[in-house]
Amino acid sequence: MRSLANPTAFLAFAQRVLPWLWAATACLFAIGLWLALFVAPPDYQQGETSRIMYLHVPAAWMGMLVYAAMALAALGTLVWRHPLADAAQKAAAPLGAGFTFICLATGSLWGKPMWGTYWVWDARLTSVLVLFILYLGLIALWRAIDEPGRAARAAAILTLVGVVNIPIIKFSVDWWNTLHQPASVFRLGGPTIAPLMLWPLLVMAVAFLALFVALHLMAIRNEILRRRVARLTMAAATRRDAFASTLAAEARL
Amino acid sequence: MTEPAHIGFVIAAYAVAAIVLVGMVVAVFADYRAQRKALRRLESRERQARLD
Repeated sequence: MRSLANPTAFLAFAQRVLPWLWAATACLFAIGLWLALFVAPPDYQQGETSRIMYLHVPAAWMGMLVYAAMALAALGTLVWRHPLADAAQKAAAPLGAGFTFICLATGSLWGKPMWGTYWVWDARLTSVLVLFILYLGLIALWRAIDEPGRAARAAAILTLVGVVNIPIIKFSVDWWNTLHQPASVFRLGGPTIAPLMLWPLLVMAVAFLALFVALHLMAIRNEILRRRVARLTMAAATRRDAFASTLAAEARL
Repeated sequence: MTEPAHIGFVIAAYAVAAIVLVGMVVAVFADYRAQRKALRRLESRERQARLD
């Protein structure tokens, strides 16, 4: 793990691992979608709309998991000063925002036929919307601050402040009276979903996770390359300035 | 049990998810290509500057 702190070692690792990860992601999505659309039975009450669950629930889990990973990376930036921690955090934010958006959009499309409305200001929905806004705020913060070190520290602090929202999302359905159903997979006493529906859900969740890992590795690699581009651009500008100064000095002589 | 109208919601949900997921993949690959291209250009300029 420590060797991966070296950007060159990380690039070599990513190069080696990514083809396998993409292949695994494609296989998992193919199996997961086949199970979700053709093997899993429709719900006895909700009918075919229950198939939205195979996207909505993994996207919701990923939205929270990515934020938790970002909080860990924020600690890496502030406490351990890991050289790739802020790159990992910055690379994860747009992916987390994407998964959270899928969760909100598919939840809304599931809510309309089941609840009769696309949106209610219920504790679960609102706390997930807050998570989405947090992701957008973090992306904006990185773009607003020019100095990368300052941007990384500010984003790390905001990420750690926002992490309080994760248990609120998880337990909102227990703490408040919500329209959203309570937990049915990760709960004391075990899942309440029938195995024929649980397995497709778990396979889709692993597919989403594999996709995130592949995209995250690539996005961190992009971030390392972006830093090299910035460094070389700066060196070229310095060289140009030095050359111009030399020419000016020669002209004065 | 299922009304035909509800299928539209299922299709819309899968379409939205596909667009977002494919969009994320395309964006990450496009960024990689852009950074590689910029890096190659700068590295060749750097080599040229050393030769000069």
